[in-house]
Amino acid sequence: MILGDYLPILFLIILSTLFAGGSIYASSKVAPKRSTRAKRLPYECGIVPEKESERERFPVKFYLVAMLFIIFDIETVFMYPWAVAFDELQLFGLVEMVAFIVILLAAYAYVWKRGGLEWVE
Amino acid sequence: MNLAQEFSQPEVQLGGIAPELLLVGVALIILVVDASFGRGDNRWYLAGLSALGLAGAAALAIMTWGDNELQLSNMIAADGLAAFSKVSLAAFGLLTVLLGRDYLARDKIEESEFYALVLFAVAGMMLMTAAADLIVMFLALETFSVSLYVLVAFRRASLASHESAMKYFLLGAFSSAFFLLGIALTYGAIGSTNLYGGADPVAEPGIANFITGTPTDDLSLLIVATGFLVIGLGFKIAAVPFHMWTPDAYQGAPSPITGFMAAGTKFAAFAALLRLFDASLFPLRSEWRPLLIVLAVATMIAGSVLAIVQEDLKRLLAYSSIAHAGFVLTGVIAANDRGVSGALFYLATYGVAVLGAFAVISLVAGRDEERVLLADHRGLFYEHPLLTTALTLFLLSLAGVPVTSGFVGKLVVFGAAVEAGYTWVVVVGVLTSAIAAFFYLKVMATMFLQERDPDAPALPVGRLASGVVAVAAVATIGFGLAWSPLINAAESATIFFQSPQEQSAPIPPGG
Repeated sequence: MILGDYLPILFLIILSTLFAGGSIYASSKVAPKRSTRAKRLPYECGIVPEKESERERFPVKFYLVAMLFIIFDIETVFMYPWAVAFDELQLFGLVEMVAFIVILLAAYAYVWKRGGLEWVE
Repeated sequence: MNLAQEFSQPEVQLGGIAPELLLVGVALIILVVDASFGRGDNRWYLAGLSALGLAGAAALAIMTWGDNELQLSNMIAADGLAAFSKVSLAAFGLLTVLLGRDYLARDKIEESEFYALVLFAVAGMMLMTAAADLIVMFLALETFSVSLYVLVAFRRASLASHESAMKYFLLGAFSSAFFLLGIALTYGAIGSTNLYGGADPVAEPGIANFITGTPTDDLSLLIVATGFLVIGLGFKIAAVPFHMWTPDAYQGAPSPITGFMAAGTKFAAFAALLRLFDASLFPLRSEWRPLLIVLAVATMIAGSVLAIVQEDLKRLLAYSSIAHAGFVLTGVIAANDRGVSGALFYLATYGVAVLGAFAVISLVAGRDEERVLLADHRGLFYEHPLLTTALTLFLLSLAGVPVTSGFVGKLVVFGAAVEAGYTWVVVVGVLTSAIAAFFYLKVMATMFLQERDPDAPALPVGRLASGVVAVAAVATIGFGLAWSPLINAAESATIFFQSPQEQSAPIPPGG
C-alpha cells in the first residue's frame, strides 16, 4: 500500500500541531504576567518609531541590499561544491560554471549601471 | 565511499533549447547595453534587437522541425509540438514588441526592461512547451509568470496597473503552490517527476512508462497528483473555477501585454496540458476525462455568460478569453490526432486575433489608457474606418464566424470531440458560442450604429502599431480562407510518445 508510506508524515503533522498549540495554550495559562514599560518596548528591532505611519512611503534600500546580497551569496554557495568536484567535472563543469558566472556578471553590470548600488541617489 | 566515480558526463544537446538560449542571451544584452550606453529618448534599437532575437528564435525552432526525441537526460522534448509552439510564440512576441514600441513611446514610459522581460517571458513559454519533466515545466512556468507580473505593473504611474499586478502575483503564487504539490505527489507515486521516463520503467521511471510498464493496480496517488497539476495549469489557461484573476489582471495591464498574456500564456499552458494528458497520461484517459469535461463545460458557460454584462472592453475580452479556454479544452478532451492539431491551430489563430484586438484597443484607449469602456467606442467607425473594420474582423474571428480563422479553429476542435464521442460537450460549445456572439455583436453595434462622442480626442496611430493591426487582420482572414498550410503544419506537430510496448509510436487514436 503506497499511501502507508506517508503515514509518518501525517503523524508528524498531528504531533507538531498538538505541540505548538499545546505550548501556546499552556504558556497562556501557566506563565505569570507582570507588564513593565521595558517589556512593552520592541525588543532589538532598531530605534523606537517616532509615530505610527503605515500610510507613509518609506525607502526600501535595505530590502534592495539584502536581495543583491542573496544573489551574490548564492553564487559563492554554488562555487564551493564545484571547486571541490572540479577534477571529476572537468571541462563540462568549467563551461557550466562560466555560463553561470557570465549571467550573474550581466546582472551585476545591470544593477551597477542602473544605480542599484548607490546609497544616496 | 567514492561518489565521484559515479559521475558520468551527461550528453549535451542544445538543439532543443537553442531558441530559448538565444532569447535569454539577447535579453541580457539589451539590459546591459541599454544600462551602459542608453542615451536619449528615441531608443529604436531596443525594439529592433528584440525583433531580431525573436526572428532568430523562430528560425532555430523551424530548424528542429521533424525531430522526435528527448534531449538533455530526458528533460527536454524536441518534437513537433515544441517546434510548432515555439514558432507561434515567437510570432506573438514579435507582434507584442512592435506594438509595445509605439505604445511605450506614446505614453513616454519606454524602458529597456519591457523588451527584456517580453523576451524572458517568451523564452519561458517556449521552454514550457518543450518540458518533458515536471520540474522543467515548473521552472518554465515561473520564468514567464514572474516576467509577466512585472510587465502587468509596467504603467508605473497607474494605480490600476499596480492593483492588477498584485492580484495576478498573489493568485499566481497560490496556483504555483498547487502545481508544486502535484509534482511532489507525482514523485511520491512513481518515484520520478519525468513525463516519459526511459526505456526501462524500473531504472528510469516516468509517468508514461509507469502507467504502461509497471504491473500495479494502485494508481490512486498519481490520479490525485494529476488533479493538483490540473489546478496549477487551470489557473494559467484561465479555466473556470480558476479564472478569478483573469479580468482583473487583463484590465490593469498595458494593452499590448494583455494581448500577449491572452495569446502566449494560454498557448504555453495548453501545450503543457496537451503533452501531459494527450501523451503521458493518455492510458489513464478514462480517469481524467470527466475532470476536464466538467472544467470545459463550466468554462465555456461561465466565460460566455459573464462577458455579456461587461462595460469595460478589456474585461469583456478577458471573459471571452476564458470562454475560448473552454473551447480549446474540448480538443484536449478528444485526445486524438485531430484534437491535438485542432487545439494548436485554434491557439495560434486565436492568439493572433486577440493580439490584434488588443492592439486596436490600445490605440483607441489613448494616452494612459483612459478610454477603454464600451461607451468610448461609440461611432468609432466614422472616425477610424480602417481600425474599426480590423477590430470587427478580430471580433468576428473570436465569435467563430465563417471566412475567419476562428471558424476553422472551432470546426476542427469540435469535430475532434465529436470523433471521440463527446457530442454533448460540442453541443454545449456551440450553444455558448451563440451566446458569445451576442456580446461581440454588441461591441460592433456600438462602433457602427451610435454617434461618436464629440469630445473624444484625436487618436495618434503609430506606424508600427498600424502594421501590427494590418498583419493580424491579414492573418485572421487569410487562415480563414486558406487554412490548409497552417492545419498541415499543426497536423505534423505530433507529440513525442513512447511506451515499452510500442517504441516511438505517434499518439494512438482516441477512443
